[in-house]
Amino acid sequence: MEKSSSQARTARLPSRPLEFAIESLIRVLGFSAIGFVTLIFIFLLTEGLPAFLQVRPRNLFSTRWYPTFNLYGVLPLIAGSALVTVTAMFIAFPLGLFTAVFVREVAPNWAREILKPLIEVLAGIPSVVLGFFGMTMLAPIVREVLGAPTGLTALTGAIILAYMSLPTIISVAEDALDAVPKSYRDASLAMGATRWQTIWRVVVPSARSGILMALMLGMGRAIGETMAVMMVTGNAARMPEGLQAILKPVRTMTATIAAEMGEVAHGSTHYHVLFGIGLILFVITFLINLAVASMMFQKRSRGGLR
Amino acid sequence: MVNLALAWVEAYTALHPEVRISVTGGGSGTGIAAMINGTVHIANASREMKPEEIAAAKANGITPVEFIVAWDAIAIVVHPENPVNGLTLQQLSDIYTGKITNWREVGGEDRPIVLLSRESNSGTYVYFLEHVVRLGQKNDLLFSPDTLLMPSSEGISAEVRQNRNAIGYDGLGYVTPDQKVIAVARDEKGPYVLPSIETVNDGSYPISRPLYMYTPGEPTGQVKEYIDWVLTDGQAIVAELGFVPLKNAKGR
Repeated sequence: MEKSSSQARTARLPSRPLEFAIESLIRVLGFSAIGFVTLIFIFLLTEGLPAFLQVRPRNLFSTRWYPTFNLYGVLPLIAGSALVTVTAMFIAFPLGLFTAVFVREVAPNWAREILKPLIEVLAGIPSVVLGFFGMTMLAPIVREVLGAPTGLTALTGAIILAYMSLPTIISVAEDALDAVPKSYRDASLAMGATRWQTIWRVVVPSARSGILMALMLGMGRAIGETMAVMMVTGNAARMPEGLQAILKPVRTMTATIAAEMGEVAHGSTHYHVLFGIGLILFVITFLINLAVASMMFQKRSRGGLR
Repeated sequence: MVNLALAWVEAYTALHPEVRISVTGGGSGTGIAAMINGTVHIANASREMKPEEIAAAKANGITPVEFIVAWDAIAIVVHPENPVNGLTLQQLSDIYTGKITNWREVGGEDRPIVLLSRESNSGTYVYFLEHVVRLGQKNDLLFSPDTLLMPSSEGISAEVRQNRNAIGYDGLGYVTPDQKVIAVARDEKGPYVLPSIETVNDGSYPISRPLYMYTPGEPTGQVKEYIDWVLTDGQAIVAELGFVPLKNAKGR
């Protein structure tokens, strides 16, 4: 296959220089995406790695983050990001899955036609607008209804993040449900299963890996979000302890970088530590994407998008 | 203070395009040292010159002349319905280090205290830490880890407006009328003083400091014109940046 196409190309070459030029251009552009990611990674490494050399591990992996006084404990930041993201997924995943099932399996055609574009509009709301909404509307509700001392908590951030990752989760999960062959549904119904049983015992399980992918992509979206989180989580760098921690303020990795990078002296230890946090974040999102990619690969090798 | 110096220079050179002023940051010590060495015409400083610096300048044949050009004052703000009216510096320090965690302990309602602070890159953060949390002494007290760091003044005022548990601080110029300002006393004997342009200018409000310009000898020519402008029309910019303008300034 590869051989014959390259033969065909060399045969055509002299007569079609323009085609050759365009083909090469497209190839260069395609590879440049990989090049950029590599360059960004190298940049992150050169700026971030000195942090791990300049700051003692005992300081870096402690729980006190006071960069003005050379205390660079990143654990509260990692734990803060993890807490907010995981809580957001606990809210967004069931909601997103149920919405996807409704849109794909239950809703009549006309409702689907309205719902799908609306969900896409949801994805277009700028995060700073959601952050402002969270700060002025949601925070007072969290404070008054749940009795927290302040409304700027991990939970508030998680609700906003859940809202932001919902469109991703819904569309990917919906595509996965869509890819389940009609014959499965027909077979199930023909066996005497009700519609409810067909959806929950046949369709959703067969779309399992696609739904899992939706969760991972939503998570990737949530962990990297900055502005809205910075506005509603209170940014107190304390270790979350126990279950009530979701009603306390947290400081995420992204908010720390955004809040502190603007004023930090170029090349200082603090500067390198912020890049070091960026590096940690990059590795985490990379692992999430890798998990998604390997799932897609498995699916492809089994044939059919399910 | 470098922000203020830059804003002044920007506004002044817009009015007088023929004058060229360049500003360098680096801290009060840097500016004063450069003035002593005769390399700058004006040193901006957020503290008074030390006696040894004045002696060093005299040894170089330079007599520094001091101008107070603005005040940096920090107001303590709470929710309008909070019954607490006054706090001592010691109480503020205990609140912000997490030793006092309930409003009851300072004469208020039985409510948890929610601490609000500016982000650690703000000059106000460092100033508040040194002068209030550490009470101007050399110790290693820090803000409680429960302190909420707000990325903007609006973040602080929004939370203070809404939350009866909250206490915050910010430059006096940023305080809006819908927040309650707390009177502050140096110790429990009082007096409890509310921040205002008057109490800041006469030094009775404890969390404030003057900002200085030093010139090597009496200023003349363009330097004198610039300082005269800073002390008069330039004061309009002071409030915009959250500092407190001089009381007798013209055009206020």
